[in-house]
Amino acid sequence: MSGAAVGMGSSRASIERSRRTQTFFIHAVLIAGGIIVMIPLAWMLSTSLKPPHQITKFPPIWIPDPFVWSNYVRAVTIFPVSFVVFVRNSMYMSLMITLGTVLSNAVVAFAFARLTFRGSRVLFIIVLSTMMLPQQVTMIPLFILFSKFGWINTYNPLIVPHFFANAYFVFLLRQFYTTIPRELDDAARIDGCGVIGLFMRIMLPLSKPALGITAIFAFTWAWNEFLGPLIYLSRMETFPLAIALSFLRAAHGVLWSELMVVSFIAMLPPVLLFFVAQKHYIQGIVITGVKG
Amino acid sequence: MSAELQSSQTPWARLLASNAWSRRTLRQREELIAYLLVSPWVIGFLAFILGPMLTSLGLSFTETDLFTWEFVGLENYTKLLSLDTTRTLFWTTLYNTAYYVFLSIPLTISAGFFIAMLLNQNISGQPTYRVVYYLPAVIPGIATSLLWLWLFQPEFGLINWALSLVGIEGPRWLFDRSTAKMALVLMSVWGAGSNMLIFLAGLQGIPTELYEAATIDGAGIWRRFRSITIPMISPTLFFVVVTQIIWSSQVFTNVYVMTEGKGGPANATLMMVLYLYQVAFRQYRMGYASAYAWIFFLILLVFTLVLFRSSKAWVYYETEIGGQRS
Repeated sequence: MSGAAVGMGSSRASIERSRRTQTFFIHAVLIAGGIIVMIPLAWMLSTSLKPPHQITKFPPIWIPDPFVWSNYVRAVTIFPVSFVVFVRNSMYMSLMITLGTVLSNAVVAFAFARLTFRGSRVLFIIVLSTMMLPQQVTMIPLFILFSKFGWINTYNPLIVPHFFANAYFVFLLRQFYTTIPRELDDAARIDGCGVIGLFMRIMLPLSKPALGITAIFAFTWAWNEFLGPLIYLSRMETFPLAIALSFLRAAHGVLWSELMVVSFIAMLPPVLLFFVAQKHYIQGIVITGVKG
Repeated sequence: MSAELQSSQTPWARLLASNAWSRRTLRQREELIAYLLVSPWVIGFLAFILGPMLTSLGLSFTETDLFTWEFVGLENYTKLLSLDTTRTLFWTTLYNTAYYVFLSIPLTISAGFFIAMLLNQNISGQPTYRVVYYLPAVIPGIATSLLWLWLFQPEFGLINWALSLVGIEGPRWLFDRSTAKMALVLMSVWGAGSNMLIFLAGLQGIPTELYEAATIDGAGIWRRFRSITIPMISPTLFFVVVTQIIWSSQVFTNVYVMTEGKGGPANATLMMVLYLYQVAFRQYRMGYASAYAWIFFLILLVFTLVLFRSSKAWVYYETEIGGQRS
């Protein structure tokens, strides 16, 4: 806002000039902030490519000389188990969680958004209140339950609960469904669509963007999940990337190049997904954030 | 109308038209389908939330390592909340977590809000800035933790190098009990981008006519900020404060990775969830841990309720415009 320039009697040109200086300053601040945000990542990349003696140079060297690409090979072969196993585990867990999240929440949110049934208001309030619930209060009984099932060192405890809907996504999808005009429902009913037909033929195709948002968020959170895998998985062959990295930190705490290499690899999937789908990300945050 | 429906081929239409399905039974049938569709959530709620919560409450009155069980009444609670700090670590973890939460929330919220305000000024390149500032929020906690561990490294870390440029001798950060928590707080500011996006969405929802009208009435920049921006953004701010308190009080991955699961030095970074993890899954004191989890939950609940109560005083809910936004 060109607040300073709104004073009485200032000429058009001076308003224009002050507006331009203001824009210049805003860009300057934003760029400076952006650089501060990006420096740690640049430092991560730089460290990951340095020869050992340059890592502990003070003042720091920004551009590695030479670029040691073999750091990447050494870092991924440092584990007693093939690195591919960790990537595969992470992928399996994240994709299954994404699948369960999308399927279950699409259905549940549809019922809350479009169908009238007794107790729907009360149920929805319970759904919303569970959003505030810290998972720690259910963590111990669930661990006991799942260990009784013989699910320790399997991915079931991490995946199965996601097939039973989740407050956050029910809320997100319900918000989206309610923006689809009701006239479409009526038209579909007149054409002989039942509830299931209405869901399959009208709501699902129209809510692809929202389902996309759900899938992206679910995947990113699943990929970044730490506490759950830490509790349930103890054999190295079952580790997802996050736990493998934590193991590396515990075993070789000062191998900074290697630690930066694996950190960089671990952040690639969510970061690439974010770049590809940033519009959806922002839309998802707008839907859930503003009307929270 | 009924002739038209009968000619249609779908079974549902035939059912609709047939006399057996009155309007009333149709509604009942729909209700049944609705219950069927919400049943995954209901089952999940009972099996993975309500059931475990009650079990956890029951467990909190016992001492168990999963092999032996013993009823101990309120002993877990009295031990935890004992004022004798040599017997309990509860107060230490509460203090550490409160320190972290109440320093990191104002910092991340004001940083996020400030950047959102700048981006909302009709700035070119807004999408690029948005991506840059939001990026840290999508990076896995484990990668962020390892990266910041390296940045905070006392001898060769980038942060102490930057401080040395302005003539400050950097502290030993995570290795010093007086600065370890502060290091975690500073690190959290890096992720302020997620707040920024929520605030930006909120700011963009404020109708520009309000600002125009105020400008015509002679309101200056500060007046417009205080009388339009602040009240209009207050519901967003409320949402962010509530979710941030709940999220950041559960801080775990960072401390676990950066202190090798110990919460050191000298318990200076022993956060509530980290301690809960240690008690439950390192020492296998499931009863004691359950009592601890319930105290943690009740503290958060009281905080959330107080915030909701107080919101009437400081959160402005518009009645007309808010309903239309998608």
